[in-house]
Amino acid sequence: MVKTVYQRPKSLKENIFHYCPGCGHSIVHRIIAEVIDELDIRGITIGVPPAGCAVLAYNYFDVDMIEAPHGRGPAMASAIKRSLPDRVVFSYQGDGDLAAIGIAESFHSANRGENITIIFINNAVYGMTGGQMAPTTMLEQKTTTSPLGRNKTLDGYPVKVSEIFSQLKGVTYVERCMVNSPANVNKTKKAIKKAFQCQIDGQGFSLIEILSPCPTNWKMTSINSCKWIDEVMSKEFPPDVFKDNITAAKKTAEDA
Amino acid sequence: MNKVLMSGNNIIGEAAIRAGCRFYAGYPITPQNELTEYMAEHMRNVEGGIFIQSESEIAAINMIAGASAAGLRVMTSSSSPGISLKQEGISSMAACELPGIIVNIMRGGPGLGNIRPSQGDYFQATRGGGHGDYRTIVLAPASCQELGDLTMSAFDLADKYRNPVMILADGMMGQMMEPVIFKKPKPRVYSKKFMLQGAGTGKSKFIRGLLLDPIDSEEHNWKLARKYEVVSKNEPRHEEYKIDDAQMVIVAYGTAARIAKGAIKRLRNNGLNVGLFRPITLWPFPELQLRALAAKVKKYLVFEMSTGQMLDDVRLALQGYADIEFHGRPGGAVPTPAELANVIARVYDKND
Repeated sequence: MVKTVYQRPKSLKENIFHYCPGCGHSIVHRIIAEVIDELDIRGITIGVPPAGCAVLAYNYFDVDMIEAPHGRGPAMASAIKRSLPDRVVFSYQGDGDLAAIGIAESFHSANRGENITIIFINNAVYGMTGGQMAPTTMLEQKTTTSPLGRNKTLDGYPVKVSEIFSQLKGVTYVERCMVNSPANVNKTKKAIKKAFQCQIDGQGFSLIEILSPCPTNWKMTSINSCKWIDEVMSKEFPPDVFKDNITAAKKTAEDA
Repeated sequence: MNKVLMSGNNIIGEAAIRAGCRFYAGYPITPQNELTEYMAEHMRNVEGGIFIQSESEIAAINMIAGASAAGLRVMTSSSSPGISLKQEGISSMAACELPGIIVNIMRGGPGLGNIRPSQGDYFQATRGGGHGDYRTIVLAPASCQELGDLTMSAFDLADKYRNPVMILADGMMGQMMEPVIFKKPKPRVYSKKFMLQGAGTGKSKFIRGLLLDPIDSEEHNWKLARKYEVVSKNEPRHEEYKIDDAQMVIVAYGTAARIAKGAIKRLRNNGLNVGLFRPITLWPFPELQLRALAAKVKKYLVFEMSTGQMLDDVRLALQGYADIEFHGRPGGAVPTPAELANVIARVYDKND
């Protein structure tokens, strides 16, 4: 008997990704789809893709989706979840979308403790528009709008989303992961699954930050991009579980 | 049903809830706060009612877009500067064909302006307001009864045309109290196929405004344009007041039309035959209806609490068939009927 050990997730449409070679979006899309399959929630999941490279996520995810204007995903996701509390609602956002133009919507959906999941792709640049400086761009990192490197005096510092969001009382679960090696991809998938489960169990807001390669705009090979995440990016953005109140939330729910 | 005495802002809230609005998001701004407060107090008392005080106007409009997609009847409200912030979301709702109600209790502008009643947002409301080729249906109530009726009607129109509908009133309408009778709302007609509620075992769907292929995007724009054409044909509404023997007609909407009515009553007592043409829908503007009147009446005075915005639509409607004068009080100034009567009398007696 032949045992299937690897196949295309059912929640992923048979379209070819438009993402660049070496880009982390395709990996993250796939593992989200795997998680949706494993939790058997394809029929009740609603996704909110952002403006950015992932705006076309609805071409790939075989779940109901609605595109949000730039940065507004969490506002939409909050409303969808409140309207349909038994659905699984996730917002998929980039660093500009979450930490710049949409910081208010993201911050306050977290602070309200909305029972949604944010998948946050941190690739340190604005990818779709051609590699401009993002709020998460590293100090000294060269981008098209920081041609001499990000200058702390002029441009400020990389925004540490997981650290900041984990401080909010409304937040249940925050983890930062990476998708630059098979082991890290597995870890990321576990985190995403845990976040979705947290939502299914009604335990509140979860955010998974994912350090994700953008070889095209980093002007690196795919392999060097993965190395750069290890050697540079993860030093500024250390992968960790920043908050895990899942058991605490469970206990409070039981006590109530 | 009994008459109740309520303030304008509260009437909008009550009418919305009775019409089946089950999601409201808003952010404090004067002079519409009573509406947000009314929704905070009363949404929780209806089954399935959801109220969110959003972190911004931008969040509020996107929240109602999300809840609208999820299949609820939705509303947000604000006043002029806040409505400017909502424009991206309104454009997006029009693009995605999401129904929803946006209430603008206008105040003095531009900029922060002041919190006095004004009508400076006519262009913004009737020309789309945000980016791209789109329209919002704009209703302009002129009494508390009409605030109730038009709010209910706004939900029906939004569903029928799958388009945002704006209720354009001003601080005066929002704050004043009058008796109102809440009519029985019509049952909702809106297909489940437009709702995004999870694919179940069926095919997944998506709602989007992004169309990268210019030909697809062009077709989408024409599709919307065809819809707007139908709206323009079927939905213009207006009121005519003392038109039959009128030598001169005032064109005014909302609070300005109320002031005009007061002025007309005074003038009629003095033997001046003046009437009123009051657009109730500002978009679609009752263009043909006004043009038809030009066969009979050759002298018009447009009165607005602005420097002259609806004036453009009146010119387009009358197409040079009649003389048009204008009187405006922008920036939050509200004239008395007596002041307006003097202005009208001067124009009435003027021979060209």
